Amino acid sequence: MSEEKRPTPPAGGSPQIPGHARGAMPGGGMARGAFGLVEKPKNFSKTMKDLVFYMRPFWTKIIFVFIFAIASTVFAIIGPRILGNMTNQVVSDYTRMVAYDQVVSKLPKGTSPPPGTTIGDVIAKLPASATPKITADKLNAIKFISLNSRPSIDFANIKRLAIILIGLYLLSAILSYIQGWIMSFVSQRITYNFRRDISEKINKMPLKYFDSRTHGEVLSRVTNDVDTVSQTLNQSLTQIVTSVTMILGILVMMLTISWLMTLVAVVVLPLGFIIIGMILKKSQVQFKRQQDYLGHINGHVEEMYSGHTVMRVFNGEKKSISKFQQINNILFNSAWRAQFLSGLMFPLVNFIGNLNYVGVAVLGGYLAVKGRLQIGDIQAFIQYVQQFNQPIVQTANIANVMQSTAAAAERVFEFLSEPDEVPDTDKPVVIEKPTGAVEFDNVIFGYDPEKVIIKGFSAKVKAGSRIAIVGPTGAGKTTIVNLLMRFYDVNKGSIKIDGVDTKKMKRQDVRKMFGMVLQDTWLFNGTIRDNIGYGKPDATKDEIVAAAQAAHADHFIHALPKGYDMELNEEADNVSAGEKQLLTIARAMLVKTPMLILDEATSSVDTRTEQLIQKAMKNLMKNKTSFVIAHRLSTIRDADLILVMNEGNIVEQGTHDELLKKKGFYASLYDSQFTSAAVE
Amino acid sequence: MLKLFKYLKPYTLQLIALIILVVAQVYLTLLLPDYTAKIINSGIIPGDNSLILHTGLLMLGISLIGGICAIGVGFLASRIATGFSRDLRTAVFSRVESFSLTEFNKFSTASLITRTTNDIQQIQLVVIMVLRLFLMAPITGVWAIIKAYNNAPSMTWIMGLAVLVLVLMIIVLFAVGLPKFKLLQKMVDRLNLVTRENLTGLRVIRAFNNEKLEQKRFDNANEDLTSLNLFVNRLMVILQPVMMMILNITAVAIVWVGAHEIGSGTLQIGNMLAFMQYAMQVIFAFLMFSVIFILVPRASVSGQRVAEVIETKPEICDPEKPIKSKPGRGLVEFKNVTFCYPGADTSVLENVSFSAQPGQTTAIVGSTGAGKSTLIDLIPRFYDANSGEVLVDGVNVKDMHLEDLYSKVGYVPQKAVLFSGTIKSNIKYGADDATSAEVKKASQTSQAEDFIKNLNQKYNDPIAQGGTNVSGGQKQRLSIARAIIKRPEIYIFDDSFSALDFKTDSLLRAALKKETKNKTVIIVAQRISTIMNADKIVVLDDGKIVAQGKHQDLLKSNLIYREIASSQLTEEELKGRTNAERTPA
Repeated sequence: MSEEKRPTPPAGGSPQIPGHARGAMPGGGMARGAFGLVEKPKNFSKTMKDLVFYMRPFWTKIIFVFIFAIASTVFAIIGPRILGNMTNQVVSDYTRMVAYDQVVSKLPKGTSPPPGTTIGDVIAKLPASATPKITADKLNAIKFISLNSRPSIDFANIKRLAIILIGLYLLSAILSYIQGWIMSFVSQRITYNFRRDISEKINKMPLKYFDSRTHGEVLSRVTNDVDTVSQTLNQSLTQIVTSVTMILGILVMMLTISWLMTLVAVVVLPLGFIIIGMILKKSQVQFKRQQDYLGHINGHVEEMYSGHTVMRVFNGEKKSISKFQQINNILFNSAWRAQFLSGLMFPLVNFIGNLNYVGVAVLGGYLAVKGRLQIGDIQAFIQYVQQFNQPIVQTANIANVMQSTAAAAERVFEFLSEPDEVPDTDKPVVIEKPTGAVEFDNVIFGYDPEKVIIKGFSAKVKAGSRIAIVGPTGAGKTTIVNLLMRFYDVNKGSIKIDGVDTKKMKRQDVRKMFGMVLQDTWLFNGTIRDNIGYGKPDATKDEIVAAAQAAHADHFIHALPKGYDMELNEEADNVSAGEKQLLTIARAMLVKTPMLILDEATSSVDTRTEQLIQKAMKNLMKNKTSFVIAHRLSTIRDADLILVMNEGNIVEQGTHDELLKKKGFYASLYDSQFTSAAVE
Repeated sequence: MLKLFKYLKPYTLQLIALIILVVAQVYLTLLLPDYTAKIINSGIIPGDNSLILHTGLLMLGISLIGGICAIGVGFLASRIATGFSRDLRTAVFSRVESFSLTEFNKFSTASLITRTTNDIQQIQLVVIMVLRLFLMAPITGVWAIIKAYNNAPSMTWIMGLAVLVLVLMIIVLFAVGLPKFKLLQKMVDRLNLVTRENLTGLRVIRAFNNEKLEQKRFDNANEDLTSLNLFVNRLMVILQPVMMMILNITAVAIVWVGAHEIGSGTLQIGNMLAFMQYAMQVIFAFLMFSVIFILVPRASVSGQRVAEVIETKPEICDPEKPIKSKPGRGLVEFKNVTFCYPGADTSVLENVSFSAQPGQTTAIVGSTGAGKSTLIDLIPRFYDANSGEVLVDGVNVKDMHLEDLYSKVGYVPQKAVLFSGTIKSNIKYGADDATSAEVKKASQTSQAEDFIKNLNQKYNDPIAQGGTNVSGGQKQRLSIARAIIKRPEIYIFDDSFSALDFKTDSLLRAALKKETKNKTVIIVAQRISTIMNADKIVVLDDGKIVAQGKHQDLLKSNLIYREIASSQLTEEELKGRTNAERTPA
């Protein structure tokens, strides 16, 4: 236990709540796209084409989805019309009942009209003054009612209609579910493919790509961007189809009832679109601001939390809190505006809906009085108008959803189309029994081809010798490692192992010849045993223990709760940095390689442990060519060859004594360790 | 979680206004179907056109006022929710700023960041939804039931049945789905973890030719996530079609039953249609209400996480009766100090006693895990000793006012931390009133001046967040300057010279020596050359002090020290220093 156990934020900068499994939550979609910040892609149409092409294994399924979606919507849309007819049947039958009752009640008591008499006959006999309220339309509706028997409601027809309706709705629901069932599969599989392709891509790309980016950036491709695309596929794709079908279908159904009423219902629409458009635009601005300040506040939080001890001990608490409050207030000001503006959509759309509703009720009522419309039609209309709003808001928003989807998809495609590592040669040379002799032959290299840093380096390294790479921080000592392991390829010249140019071998075969311990101790979330056995999955228990013992890790492993079976946690911070280092050493010990790379390997291990490790290393290094990078001059003193690096280039090479005699860069570097006297 | 509601208190008036507006909005919305019934019953059937128009205008007015109410609700809801989250954020942040490292370890820095940012955003999202939409649901539901009942009491059972079926379906869906949601989150985390490991370990993976293995690990995580997601999705897509079916079939049932009622003369047509409208309102209200059950658990997880932070009292805080420290010169004493990290079963420091005298340099050496950093963390009370005393100028640090204690300490951490701002603002961080001359002086001493001179804007050159735009060595020099300018009595250097090359290291130590002449200097270092000239070297092993003394004495008397020293220096160099004997560090 020591300083290493202090929590550090995860790699890649800002921690993010991973996923939150938004796609699966039915309510989750509400917060996105519609009111949130919309990102714009660079090239919308190309990305969309790419996306459609990417989905080609699922094209037939998607077509079925569309067919089912359309069918389901159509069936659902027919419903209110039939329900309206049902009501009409009730209303007309009821009107006739009322008319009959009224006429019969006015007939003299005891009399019964002769067979075949209709209301029309009776009214015709009455003077016009007796029937002032009966309009011509109404008269037409009732004049053929027979007075011989009281009319009743035609329940047989109503029953028929009801059964048809229930059938339609059932069918619609089933089709809708099948559609959702297939689409879930399609969207999940496409998401899976995206993730798989990205992950495969990661392993194929040159390290150069990752060295110039944060991990967070790449990680965000796999999580956020893929999630966005997945969600659109899952929800918005069918939504587009159903919304459009619904709008068209409802229009058709409304037109079959009354063109005048349809006009009233539709005339408010452009108004709705304009209002929605304006609000979306306004709220975009506020959302952008909100996002910016959210970023600022997160930045401040991250900074202050990770520098907590410094903040405390320099009495910075008040300063930090007051800065926080300042940003927080600005954030509040844009946040409530953003929320308010986006929230306006709901009441406004509602109001437009109500406007429609009132228009339909009034005009419908007027037309009904005129006899040009029936009550069931008004009822159907009301239902249609109510169903109209939702698809319209959805379509108004589709442009935004598409934009943000394209922006996300674009980033994914861009990533996938990054150039791969140069492929291995067709006829790779395999060294059967490598001895570990390495030759640098006029190596010229620069991370940027324009900026050469290693300017023609040549050296011959005998098998089994020890090479020390020294130089001040930032001198580019890891460059040698990158080149030896072929993480990067030399621009010109060659590196030969046992006389074979490494470029003529498979990368895999080159790397197999090296054992490596990096400064940055990377372990994965698994047991200690698996981590030590990482380079040799079939290693026996004894082999692993032997490797751990050689690395002096066995002792502390035994002290851990489950020993070799203890799981390293996600941040691998349940072992200390020094212990981690020991584990990576054990991991390298396990694989028997002719060459070894130690990159500042023991810097976090205390000198005492380091000494023990080095004793073990010495045994391990026997007959191995080893490249050691270290700050500590004492550890490289007995190297067979010292490569002195400065500003990326190898400026000197030779043994310790040779270099000291030369009185060059190495000599001054070495002297500076003990020059405090000279400074005074 | 419930305790968070007290942060709504300042918004009581606004909340009341909001509720009034919601009620008004519901009232007005629910008036409309009644008027439709009126249009049908008293307008269309008797053929009264003026009544239709009159009622229509009235309805128009009602929807307008209703709309205004809704906008008011939106306004208040946004203000309350974002204001609430602002207050909550400040509360969490201020609380965390007062935490000691014990609490930071308990929560982990990453988790604290998430709790201060994302969790509060989640809560805000749900609060706003509840205020704007879901508060309306129960009011609408109950009121619409009454209205529907008034219109057609005999048909209320249809509505009840529909709601029952709906609620049952939702309960079943979520009983099956909810545990899966939790699992889903785990799998998302797992996938992220594997990806992150893949990225951070690229070199190692390629060095061991394990690309295939990593691919397999990723594929497993991906496959698990995909199949569970598919299951959950297919479960959730049941909701929409079934819901629509229930709504539609309810409408059919209403007309069917209504027809019979009308036939027997117990119901008017207008009332039937009004009933249908109300029934739809009721069903929607219940639907909305059930969404709360999805949202609230999500928010409550965040709520709990936030509340946990607010409720955590920092273990280390100002004493009730602080003892004013004597204006001493920074004598630091450890008396039988034992310390054990919370939750750990072995102690990191055991019975540690030593003193660091003013005017002297005290070095602490020892192997990794020996407790060096922990030991110095006890001086500025990042942690408190479990037993024993840490004294500064004779006063137990626990009895001192924290600010008082901090002002005595110039602390340079192992990992240099800078804050966004400028070079100057960073150097002046602990001394707001420092003059430009003092800033310059401090940066000269810390050997930072040379590189600052070469910057475009010199002392006003910006420092990016986390100090990512300066190198490790430059960061260390700036963080040393920051400590120097405070003119503290006690300097603590926790392996603070590691990123400096040897030349700068020695120049800096020489300059520092003048600055710290009468001060107490405590240094933790790995490089023997850094500390071999110290007045006192404390050798720590496994949490215990095994030896104290000067370099030469320790070389002779202590095996552990000898091992450490000889691993870095040759016999010759060790002796060389002996003969010279001139430079204390």
